[in-house]
Amino acid sequence: MANLKDIKTRISSVTSTQQITSAMKMVSAARFRKAEEAITNNRPYSDKMLDVLTSLALRTKEDAHPLLERREQKKVGLVIFTSDRGLCGSFNGSILRSVDRFLNEKAGSYESISLYIVGKKGLEYYKKRPVEKFGQMTELFGNVTYGQAHEIGEDISNRYAEGELDLVYMVYNEFRSALTQVVVYDRLLPVEPPKVDPDTVTTEYIYEPDEEHMLNWVIPRYVDVRIYRAFLESTASEHGARMTAMESATTNASEMIDRLTLQYNRARQESITSELMDIVNGVESMK
Amino acid sequence: MSETTFRLEIVTPSRQLVSEGVEEVTAPGIQGEFGVLVGHTPYLVELGIGELMYRVGNEKRHLAVRRGFAEVTRDKVTILAEEAEFPAEIDLATAEKLLAEAEEEMKALSVSGESKEYLEAQAKIDRALNQVAVARKHKS
Repeated sequence: MANLKDIKTRISSVTSTQQITSAMKMVSAARFRKAEEAITNNRPYSDKMLDVLTSLALRTKEDAHPLLERREQKKVGLVIFTSDRGLCGSFNGSILRSVDRFLNEKAGSYESISLYIVGKKGLEYYKKRPVEKFGQMTELFGNVTYGQAHEIGEDISNRYAEGELDLVYMVYNEFRSALTQVVVYDRLLPVEPPKVDPDTVTTEYIYEPDEEHMLNWVIPRYVDVRIYRAFLESTASEHGARMTAMESATTNASEMIDRLTLQYNRARQESITSELMDIVNGVESMK
Repeated sequence: MSETTFRLEIVTPSRQLVSEGVEEVTAPGIQGEFGVLVGHTPYLVELGIGELMYRVGNEKRHLAVRRGFAEVTRDKVTILAEEAEFPAEIDLATAEKLLAEAEEEMKALSVSGESKEYLEAQAKIDRALNQVAVARKHKS
């Protein structure tokens, strides 16, 4: 049986770990609420953007903009969203596993597959692996701005327009609830205008400047908004995953403390018993 | 809703700023300012940079907006701005500092008119200038 001092040291170390995990859980819970709110706040903008795009798409030809153009799909780009920080359960693992599977399975069907990596964890993972990379962005720490989404959007849109990429997917953890996140492959380019029933009555707008100009303006913005949205989803998922992971770590720690305390008490009892025995024996022998 | 008011919604990618019944809106279009009263013809316009005003009864409220577009239908105006701020939210000192910095940047550039750096510096100046103007005018 381990001696008393050892057990005591272990109890105190587990206790301080538990303090950290439960503090992290609290922080994540607060950030998670903020991230969830950001998704809600973004919804009116995204929805309206889609409405306008739909009404523009009805009136314009399919090849009216380079980002709408469909080509033979040879060069594929994946934008993968991982986190900067760890300790968030299977959040990064499930993304990276899924991307690895994609790379293995689809390597034959495309000419090339290259990655745009968001987040430190993804970058570290692919540092030692032979993959093509066409961009990266780290040190976001959950403070995503629309400007950053725009930066990525501009880069990717330019590559697409120049024919460097023929098909672009975003790979991120879609936020379902604090407990569930699902890895999704969301096609970013070519932009697919939403299918509309030709009979739907749409508003006839006066455009200023003209329709073509509006389309040129709206489509790149729509790409930015999609990326921004993926950022928000991914951030909410990250905090949700961390919250869950820290919750179970805290529970595990308290179970461990219970077990160790029991062990400690048993050991203490044992030593008292044996000391008593010694005394009794000593007294007996003096008689 | 009475006959003289219509709904105004102002949203940015990160939040919804306004959602209420108003009587009048004027906003900076890319080709000049435009005004909207109830019953306006459906209209889709790209926004420039400048000051947006809306009126509820006799009370006028102002916002600094930058880039985006506006959708006008008969009973609703939706402003999708990339940036929008109320005067109270603008930190005048910071905006003035940014303006001075951007002007310095501009001076440091060689005179070539259409380079990327030039346009970026110009955009920075426009943005700061707009914030300063709106904040000075309406902050009490």
